[in-house]
Amino acid sequence: MNKYILYPGCSMESSAKAYMESMNTILEPLDLRFEEIDDWNCCGATEYLGINLIPAYALIARNLALASKQMNGTRTVVAPCSACYLNLAKADYYMQERPSFGEKVNEALEAGGLSYVPGTLDVRHLIDVLVHDVGLDAIRNAVVRPLKGLKIAPYMGCMLPRPDYQHRWTDHEHPTELDDLLRALGADVIDYPLTTECCGGHMTQIGPETAFELIRRLVADADERHADLMVTVCPMCQMNIDAYQNEMNRHFGTDYHMPILFFTQLMGLAFGRKPEELGIGTELVSSRNALANIGVEVPVTQEPAAPRKKDEGLPMPRRWVKNEGKEAVK
Amino acid sequence: MPHMTDERVRARLTREEDLSLLKEVSIKTAGVSHLEMCIQCGTCGGSCPSAMDMEHTPRMLFAMLRAGMRDEVLRSNTPWLCVSCYHCVVRCPQEVHIADVMYTLKGMAIEAKLYSDSTAPDFSQTFVDMVETYGRSFEFGLASRHYLKHFPLRLPGMAPMGLGMITKGRMSMTPKRIKHMDQLKAILERAGQLEMTS
Repeated sequence: MNKYILYPGCSMESSAKAYMESMNTILEPLDLRFEEIDDWNCCGATEYLGINLIPAYALIARNLALASKQMNGTRTVVAPCSACYLNLAKADYYMQERPSFGEKVNEALEAGGLSYVPGTLDVRHLIDVLVHDVGLDAIRNAVVRPLKGLKIAPYMGCMLPRPDYQHRWTDHEHPTELDDLLRALGADVIDYPLTTECCGGHMTQIGPETAFELIRRLVADADERHADLMVTVCPMCQMNIDAYQNEMNRHFGTDYHMPILFFTQLMGLAFGRKPEELGIGTELVSSRNALANIGVEVPVTQEPAAPRKKDEGLPMPRRWVKNEGKEAVK
Repeated sequence: MPHMTDERVRARLTREEDLSLLKEVSIKTAGVSHLEMCIQCGTCGGSCPSAMDMEHTPRMLFAMLRAGMRDEVLRSNTPWLCVSCYHCVVRCPQEVHIADVMYTLKGMAIEAKLYSDSTAPDFSQTFVDMVETYGRSFEFGLASRHYLKHFPLRLPGMAPMGLGMITKGRMSMTPKRIKHMDQLKAILERAGQLEMTS
């Protein structure tokens, strides 16, 4: 039984519940035990860092301090979310790189009766632990239903392979670990050169047009390469490509239908679990047809009300087109 | 346009160098920023997925920092369009912590009240408010507050997505709160004081 300390992160309890549920199903077959950090708090995502420096890092470091109190038999913290993983790893790294900065963060932690010695913990992403600690052979051995015939675009995203402080990945821009893992499940992994391109991150919230173009590139490329679905390792990537795909389609007048699932959902399927145990069906761009190709039947859940089909009816303002009739910004 | 700014940068550089702005940004950045080491190669801008919407490429912005153009830098939309993808960071031959410099510049722009479009700063601030209240992110509260204020016209179009998220159990309408909120508040308060004295 291999023990790890788990930092789930906020998304795992809401928008990425399917990731959490499916992750929990693969622990036992792979002989893993995850112990959650008691009373962990939000990592600040990409927002807190842009407001204040010391509070942002103190917020992250509180989790490291709490985790370091829970180290019996392990010093590895596992984060399934790429953004959480990077924030935790970054705080640990920068506190070491600039000791005066680390001292300040610790001074703040002291106000809460906590402290953290940088370097105490080993912060790692879930897929890092699965590929490098558990290993592909153990994963292959746990497969009872190979995903033969399922064409997958492996989407690694940005914050996992970059900046990669501990040099864990084969490459910063074209790492192959996710491909290898999916192949171990028996899937047909397609070449997907955009694997570490950005999903738009928080731009879906603050500059949607910028984000839509980034989402379009990823989805269009997977579609052109005849992928049945995309697979991700990050709740933010999943959210942007799944939940905003319809809006992106509306923005460009396209009609893409590219489901995106978490890699743990596919591991669960290959390990013989039922789709409903893995949160499959909670994605907004349904994976039902894609999975039907390999004989997996996804139960029908209640669909949300369909949006109005055509822009007929009441007169509406014309769709706004970027830069149209507008002078170039200085 | 970029070309014009280039000339302004050049004009400034002929004067005696004032590196105080560059140093200020560098010292305010987490870790060792290496900002002073920038050789103006432009790899950052060429690697950036949102460069097309930026007023200045990162390279340009760093030249402006070196030239001491405080107001122009803090008015630029560039830091706000950074998606934190770290392409530039791993490609930079000088190992400048580019993404972290962008975070620093956002904070400075908010403080100086120089950035005109409040959409991005407001989103960050709303997020921070949620975290400082609950200790956790609260997607429903965050999204609804942000959209009501900045994209009210997009709300009807967003309704099916929001509804989908709720009916599929992916968006909770009540926030979760950590147990020791008082401890987190004390830490953040002390951190805020340390920020001001640094």
